[in-house]
Amino acid sequence: MDIVISNSSPDPLYEQIAKQLKNSILKGELTPGDLLPSIRTLAKELQISVITTKRAYEELEKEGFIESVTGKGSYVAGQSSAIIKEKRLKIVEDKLAEAVSQSKALGIELEELREMLTLLYEEGV
Amino acid sequence: MEMGKILEVTNLRKEYTDFILKDISFSLPRGFIMGFIGPNGAGKSTTIKLIMNLVRKDSGEIKVFGLDNATHDREIKQNIGFVYDENHYYEELTPDEIRSIIAPFYSRWDDEAYYGFLRYFELPQKKKLKKFSKGMKTKFSLAVALSHGAELVIMDEPTSGLDPVFRREILDILLELIQDERKSVLFSTHITSDLDRVADYITFINKGEIVFSTQRDDILENYGLVRGNKELLEGTTRPFFVGIRETSFGFEALTRDIQKVRNLLKERAVVEKATLEEIMLYTVKGVVK
Repeated sequence: MDIVISNSSPDPLYEQIAKQLKNSILKGELTPGDLLPSIRTLAKELQISVITTKRAYEELEKEGFIESVTGKGSYVAGQSSAIIKEKRLKIVEDKLAEAVSQSKALGIELEELREMLTLLYEEGV
Repeated sequence: MEMGKILEVTNLRKEYTDFILKDISFSLPRGFIMGFIGPNGAGKSTTIKLIMNLVRKDSGEIKVFGLDNATHDREIKQNIGFVYDENHYYEELTPDEIRSIIAPFYSRWDDEAYYGFLRYFELPQKKKLKKFSKGMKTKFSLAVALSHGAELVIMDEPTSGLDPVFRREILDILLELIQDERKSVLFSTHITSDLDRVADYITFINKGEIVFSTQRDDILENYGLVRGNKELLEGTTRPFFVGIRETSFGFEALTRDIQKVRNLLKERAVVEKATLEEIMLYTVKGVVK
């Protein structure tokens, strides 16, 4: 499991960490039941503040990706494939929403966007 | 007594002829690191001396481990590791000799830790302190501070005069220290350096007053640095800026509400996250022409 932190990214540190752990879970690199490093160990490894790593874990917990057991640590939560599929769908939706808002800012019409999407889809990016 | 707080400063006041510490309050929870930042003369050292009970306060309250710091001076000192910016050990003595003098004062003195740190910092046991470089003296202070089971480590300007390699080593040492969730660190600095990376809380003092004392992440998420054309500096935008620097080419300003300024100015200005150094600079200087 790799976590790479960027100081120049506009995303807050905790979000960068949460996002990367989430991706590892979605990609199956981390599987249900896997023990995550403690928030303090992770802070130490990344040389960042404990509050930052704590917040990243809280975020993941809120979204149901991990579970924390007092005194034992945090684990990757057991998830039904339906939940995971739903989460992946959500990611697609978010990305599409982003594309739509960018398109609107550039004055790209829906029809044009649809064509672009069809083209990209068929090219099998 | 609140179990969660290792240090609590409430309405602390100290008046000197040329400086007043104005009823400051802040607290540090157990298990975390706090950076105490501010320019020279802001009141950092005065505050730390008051916490260490080295000078007498005029009013207010200081609680360390939930105890009044003056009436429980001795038991509190047992539990504090203190690193000054200047060497305060007798220069004619060697680390071995200093150990034999100070170890008996501490009920939980730990020889293994002490000699471990001396080795780790590559400090000679039998060389007089006056032969040590500035960096070596700081390392020595740190070795002592960490060798008697202290739960609160207070460092006054620990990084001044230290090379970047050792500053990074300190990061690891501090993060290792708080792994047990019981110990806390308060370090003061006027150079907001890489040490800030590990600070969970930042207390910013300026002219004897606390500008803010809060989670570092909150600060870095809300403050922003804005650069743009001077025409953008008008009635509706100015109130969002804490400090403004105007040049012949445009302006640079600090805002406390990066989200609002982003929405307000959109693509008309460059809005970026501010560093602690920039926050400090603009807050202290205010408007600069």
